[in-house]
Amino acid sequence: MVVRLFMRQFQHNLIRQLKRYSKRAALKGERLESQWETVIGLEIHAQISAKSKLFSGSGTTFASPINSMVSFFDASLPGTLPAGYQITQQRCPLAKDGHVEYLAPDEVHRKLVLKRARLTQLQLEQDSGKSLHDVEMSHSLIDLNRAGIGLMEIITEPEFCSAVEAASFVRELQLILQVIGVCDGKMEEGSLRVDASVSVRRPSEPLGIRSEIKNLNSIRHLMRSIEFETLRQISILESGGQVLNETRAYDVETGETVSMRDKERLHDYRFMAEPNLPPLRLYTNDTVPNGVPSDQIINVDELRAMLPELPNAKRERLKKQYGLSVEHSNVFVNEPTLLECFEKIVANQNLQNVKIASNICINEVLAAVNKKNIAFSASNLSAESVGELVELVQDEVISLLTLRKILEVLLQDSSKLPKQVIEERGWHQVSNETALENICCQVIAANPKVVDDYRDGKTKVFNYLIGEVQKKLSGQSNVKAVVRIMKQKLDT
Amino acid sequence: MFAANIKQVAALMQNGQLSAKDLCELCIKRMKRIKELNVFITEMPDLALNSACAADRRIKNGSGDILEGIPIAFKDNFSTAGIRTSCASRMLKGYVPPYNATVVEKLISRGSVLMGKTNMDEFAMGCGSVDGAFGPVRNPWKYRFEATRRDRPGAAQSSPSAARIADRGRQFHSASPSQCLDVEADDSAEWFIAGGSSGGSAVSVASGAVLAALGSDTGGSTRNPASYCGVVGLKPTYGLLSRHGLIPLVNSMDVPGILTRSVDDAVVILNALAGHDPKDSTTVFEPFKPCALPDVASIKGLKIGIPQEYHAPGLSSDMKDSWQHVADIVENAGATVKRVSLPHTALSIVCYHVLCACEVASNMARYDGLEYGHRAKDESSTESLYAASRHEAFNNVVRGRILAGNYFLLKQNYDRYYVQAQRVRRLISQDFWNTFRSGIDILLTPTVLGDAPSYRWFSKADNRTRTQEQDVFTQPANMAGIPAISLPVALSSNGLPLGLQLLGQPFKEQQLLTAAKAIEQLVNFRALDFDKLLYCD
Repeated sequence: MVVRLFMRQFQHNLIRQLKRYSKRAALKGERLESQWETVIGLEIHAQISAKSKLFSGSGTTFASPINSMVSFFDASLPGTLPAGYQITQQRCPLAKDGHVEYLAPDEVHRKLVLKRARLTQLQLEQDSGKSLHDVEMSHSLIDLNRAGIGLMEIITEPEFCSAVEAASFVRELQLILQVIGVCDGKMEEGSLRVDASVSVRRPSEPLGIRSEIKNLNSIRHLMRSIEFETLRQISILESGGQVLNETRAYDVETGETVSMRDKERLHDYRFMAEPNLPPLRLYTNDTVPNGVPSDQIINVDELRAMLPELPNAKRERLKKQYGLSVEHSNVFVNEPTLLECFEKIVANQNLQNVKIASNICINEVLAAVNKKNIAFSASNLSAESVGELVELVQDEVISLLTLRKILEVLLQDSSKLPKQVIEERGWHQVSNETALENICCQVIAANPKVVDDYRDGKTKVFNYLIGEVQKKLSGQSNVKAVVRIMKQKLDT
Repeated sequence: MFAANIKQVAALMQNGQLSAKDLCELCIKRMKRIKELNVFITEMPDLALNSACAADRRIKNGSGDILEGIPIAFKDNFSTAGIRTSCASRMLKGYVPPYNATVVEKLISRGSVLMGKTNMDEFAMGCGSVDGAFGPVRNPWKYRFEATRRDRPGAAQSSPSAARIADRGRQFHSASPSQCLDVEADDSAEWFIAGGSSGGSAVSVASGAVLAALGSDTGGSTRNPASYCGVVGLKPTYGLLSRHGLIPLVNSMDVPGILTRSVDDAVVILNALAGHDPKDSTTVFEPFKPCALPDVASIKGLKIGIPQEYHAPGLSSDMKDSWQHVADIVENAGATVKRVSLPHTALSIVCYHVLCACEVASNMARYDGLEYGHRAKDESSTESLYAASRHEAFNNVVRGRILAGNYFLLKQNYDRYYVQAQRVRRLISQDFWNTFRSGIDILLTPTVLGDAPSYRWFSKADNRTRTQEQDVFTQPANMAGIPAISLPVALSSNGLPLGLQLLGQPFKEQQLLTAAKAIEQLVNFRALDFDKLLYCD
């Protein structure tokens, strides 16, 4: 769902941008779109969900008052070890040469397909403090709340070929980290930040010169900045210029990337080994040494066994277990509380058709909460009440129209259950044969011309007649029954 | 009193013959008398008296801790809560740490009385204790105190007093070598350097202002002044003592050093300090077994190696003779003495310079004038504020090392300098492992080239040149992390103390200190008679 949404924005944006740049190209009688490939590599900084910083006991709470999460160590007081510089695992990362499988929409058919991103490395790193120079007042301000917070730095190979692909990968990574519980993934709070290096080339040519867009803090910004950057680079190259290898920032207001030339270019960080930290050793079942206390040993195999079900496995299971589509299983994986609700309903009820439950969860319930701009988990809708809705629809007690009305009520007042709402408001579906027959007769009598049309073979008008019946019963009629009765009446 | 060791003094306090307060007052008196030696950057007589009285109360209430009431001093690079810790730098002239270094905490919590913070080279970068913002430390040996000078005919009454110079130094008069020389040009007295960079701590012990002092040892900074001042200087194995709160010079080589008048005293302090500290990940987990030395130590059966590479150019004949002499007497006492080779010794000092500069460049990055420390007026941009603060507050030695380190660490230089130096460091360490594996227990070497140089001579060359000369024998132990001790063995022909160094195997302090005590008993070195010096009778 999320990805699709962005896909639309992507294309809208792309068209707008392309128009702008195409004007120039058009003057030269060229067509741009098919002549360039984008190559994207990502560097992700994910804040480790820990109560304390990497090497100090200070808290990590977001939006704490300035400099309130700072220990002696974080302020790098003389003699606190190892402090006073940023620490990273540049030379010996925790892991190398990994991969992540993720779903991304096929650009042509918009179908979700499984793709694989290769990870160059995964390493620990410390976050840095913030400094701000006030030119007017001529003084420097500093906030060390973030200084020393533990980060996972995840670097991908430069292999994504579109903004959508890059965004889909980041979404999947965000999910994985959330499921494992190592990062809350809140991009808006800076818990997950992305740097994208972007270059363009003509097909089958070597990689072009890349620029790096720093500190993207939403998937939308990631996509837009990549789109902009792609087109910017194409337009430079098309007009005979050269792309600079530089660091750029994304301007949210204008939707453009801007050079950070002075700040970060050609920075030599002058790395050196940190002697204050003994090596962090990782073991497997085969390499665990004897006689070392187990609390001093990190066994990767043991940790792996403790992993919860990862998103990809979950999608596969949902497809197999419930026969869900890729799209539906993907939505559920992105909405873990909704999935929990769905699985509860399926387990509690003897459902003839699981599809009714998944359709109601996704097409009705999720759509309703999305419309209200809240998360399902925040909606207070219980599995019990959603389950009741599913049951009511399945048993043809209510129509989908009524269901939507009930949802409206429940989202206002979650203390009630659907049946109660129906009871109170008299929203029972009218299934009574004679009542429905009467209404059908009334509609036929009131619309002689339409009935004639129908009988002359214009069967399209049939739906109009059904609609008239629905109107009379405020949408509470059993549509199936109405259709059957109406057909009977008209055809005889 | 000033000839007794810690154990004896503690016994006197325990049986009521001496109160901690009386002892403290004696030390304060001594501290005042040696003011012109410029030993302390911060003196705390009132605080000391308070803690001494508290120690007396605890002793009365039954505390039998050997450290109760024992006067001690810390080099001014150990963080002391509520007490300025300057590293003898303008950068930290107003810096008061909010916490105690682990070693400080350990001694204070045992009842020792903190008398003051001692003078040093700025950020411990030096080997003479002459390059600090508070002026040079003077060696008490053969020092002619003002009181004694004034009585002598011909002494110029009008010459500026050394005490006043020291006071001015304390107020941050520039201590650049040229200006110090100007000052000295007026000073008729020739005096000797204390060695460094822990010169203040060594002199505080040698002069009897305290019974024990802590220095730091990165390339010999504890052993070098111990040798020049005639006291014992112990550099424990890297990882045995916590560095938490010790303001770092070179993280992979720094260790807290112990300065005392006897090996027994060094053992008392070592036993109080050794052990794992969660705040220093490089301290070892293995529980420390306290050292216990016999009353009469024996060196019988020990295999002692004499590394031939330590017959270095510039070794004084006095030092060479003492070395030979001690080698002979330990052999006579039943040890096996054997010539050994540590082939990479000569590379050590160059290697050290690269590694030290690299770590300094990175360690000093924290001093930006924002969180604490000297802050310049130039706030036109954050970068210019950094630059101005650092330029104003670091002396040229510190700035030089930062510059060199940043050069060595540049991408294009990294492998040629930093990585190469790390490789050489491994070779130097392996020299020691190979020697110990061949059956040698302990190595015997000179600590430094000779006796203490005069300030006049010493200040003729720059810090870098002097460090290269002075650290040559002490420095390899820091490369390898092994324990080492300097102990006074004789007086030179000039009447100044000479120290020899014993190098031991990692974490075998017990063996090293037993051997040191045996030699101490064999050579029977006579400590500085301070009263004689002060009153010149």
